[in-house]
Amino acid sequence: MRHRRRTIELILTIAGPVTLLLIWEALSRTKTINPLFWPPPSSLWDTTKTLFVDKDLLGDITISLYRILAGFVIGTIPGISLGLAMGLFWPVRVFLMPLASAIYAVPKIAILPLVIIAFGIGELSKIMIVAISIFFLVALNTMSGVLAIDNQYRDVARNLGASRWELFWTVALPGSLPAIFTGMRLSLGFALIVIVGTEFLAADKGIGFMIWQSYQTLRIQQMFVGLVITGIMGWALSLLLDLVEHFVVPWRAAERRM
Amino acid sequence: MTYDSSSQPGHPISTAPVIEAGAGVTARHVGRRFTTAKGHVDACTDVNLTVKPGSFCVIVGPSGCGKSTFLRMVAGLDHPTSGSIEVTRTDGREPTNAMVFHGRTLFPWLTLRQNVAYGLKLSRISRIERHERADDLLAMVGLTEFRHAWPHQVSEGMRQRTSIARALAVDPDLLLMDEPFGALDEQTRFLLQEELLRIWEKTGKTVIFVTHSIDEALILADQIVVMSSHPGTIREVIDVPFPRPRFLTEVRSDPAFAELFTTTWSMLREEVESGGAFIPGTT
Repeated sequence: MRHRRRTIELILTIAGPVTLLLIWEALSRTKTINPLFWPPPSSLWDTTKTLFVDKDLLGDITISLYRILAGFVIGTIPGISLGLAMGLFWPVRVFLMPLASAIYAVPKIAILPLVIIAFGIGELSKIMIVAISIFFLVALNTMSGVLAIDNQYRDVARNLGASRWELFWTVALPGSLPAIFTGMRLSLGFALIVIVGTEFLAADKGIGFMIWQSYQTLRIQQMFVGLVITGIMGWALSLLLDLVEHFVVPWRAAERRM
Repeated sequence: MTYDSSSQPGHPISTAPVIEAGAGVTARHVGRRFTTAKGHVDACTDVNLTVKPGSFCVIVGPSGCGKSTFLRMVAGLDHPTSGSIEVTRTDGREPTNAMVFHGRTLFPWLTLRQNVAYGLKLSRISRIERHERADDLLAMVGLTEFRHAWPHQVSEGMRQRTSIARALAVDPDLLLMDEPFGALDEQTRFLLQEELLRIWEKTGKTVIFVTHSIDEALILADQIVVMSSHPGTIREVIDVPFPRPRFLTEVRSDPAFAELFTTTWSMLREEVESGGAFIPGTT
């Protein structure tokens, strides 16, 4: 029974996108929708091959991934540190909370001009906009993770003789790791949105740049390839994060498998 | 080790009887007042209690009578606002205590073995030695094959066994147990009560055990402390005469069991009926 359910699940999972693609293909080939703007999906395959061989599609992908990952590391590490401080010490929390909530709510692409003024038009500004975009997201999630730790765990640790430092390392930090990963998972989506937007506006390379340029030169098939690749990048990055989580938060991974 | 409400640091007293090993507890006029925005609540007042080294003391009382608060104060996790609690060892050395809390208290981020070894790790005991001791204790509570499991992968009963093993791992002089079996089904509770009796007989530790269950109190205790509510204070101390080693079935079929049950219940009943209101966070 369980096995059968799994099989059906698998079929349905694949059937969703396949159905959409088939309908699209049919509508495009019968010219019900304009194939100039809605090229049949089957035609994208050749475009993709050409882009990899004749144009530097791989270079676009690599540079975008580099910007995302570098920004991710630069934003996450201080984000976690600040979040822990905000969770552990109430004065820090009260002091920074209004600021963090306000900045968190600003659409990050809106601060791009400011970031360019601060960091120039080179690679650094593209990395920094990603870092800044995810910084507060990670910090706020980490903070709520620390605050959500049951006081009982702290009592157990204190009762067995834990010092403040040991409380931090053995209770606060591991206890907030699941929330930290939730923050990082959300950040991945943010990072992708921001980098594509940034590359639309201020780059001469990258997957966002490629999509925007294809649109402007009316290479619609290329544009669609760019969209599909952006989707695949997001998916691959989240798989990578799953893998990291599996090693860093093994107890949660075990929970998920159940 | 003295927890004193006055600013004067107290000195350990070593006048307790020298016959038995372990730690003794003396509470004198202990009170704990919680101050809130709406005024204050006395979780307990004027608690006077002596627990002899090596004895098994069970505290019963209605919800909100401050029995858990009292236990936390004995553990040093909270401090009395009046009176004093002294925990002393017969040989005058610093006594140690470990508490078994109710509810979910195993660290979800540690395996059962790591949970048991946690206190030993804090005491800077080598990895090999602490794993060895943790494995011994896990074997004692019958969990050897689950030592690498995460807490959420095992049953509530197994988790509670592990909590007991974790407390025993640091070899405390005083074992404090706060409704450790409260969340278990009856059968599992019976098994763990017997297990606890065997462990206690083997180790001879002083135990203070808080429970709602009169039944449980009669099976385990040398003395039952009946607490009253509003404010929480000691109503009566009842000696439980059943011989040791005890077995569940024997204790339950003893004619004195029914008699003691009736005595204890009639006392508690008055307390419950007189309105032992539940005060959040102070049970």
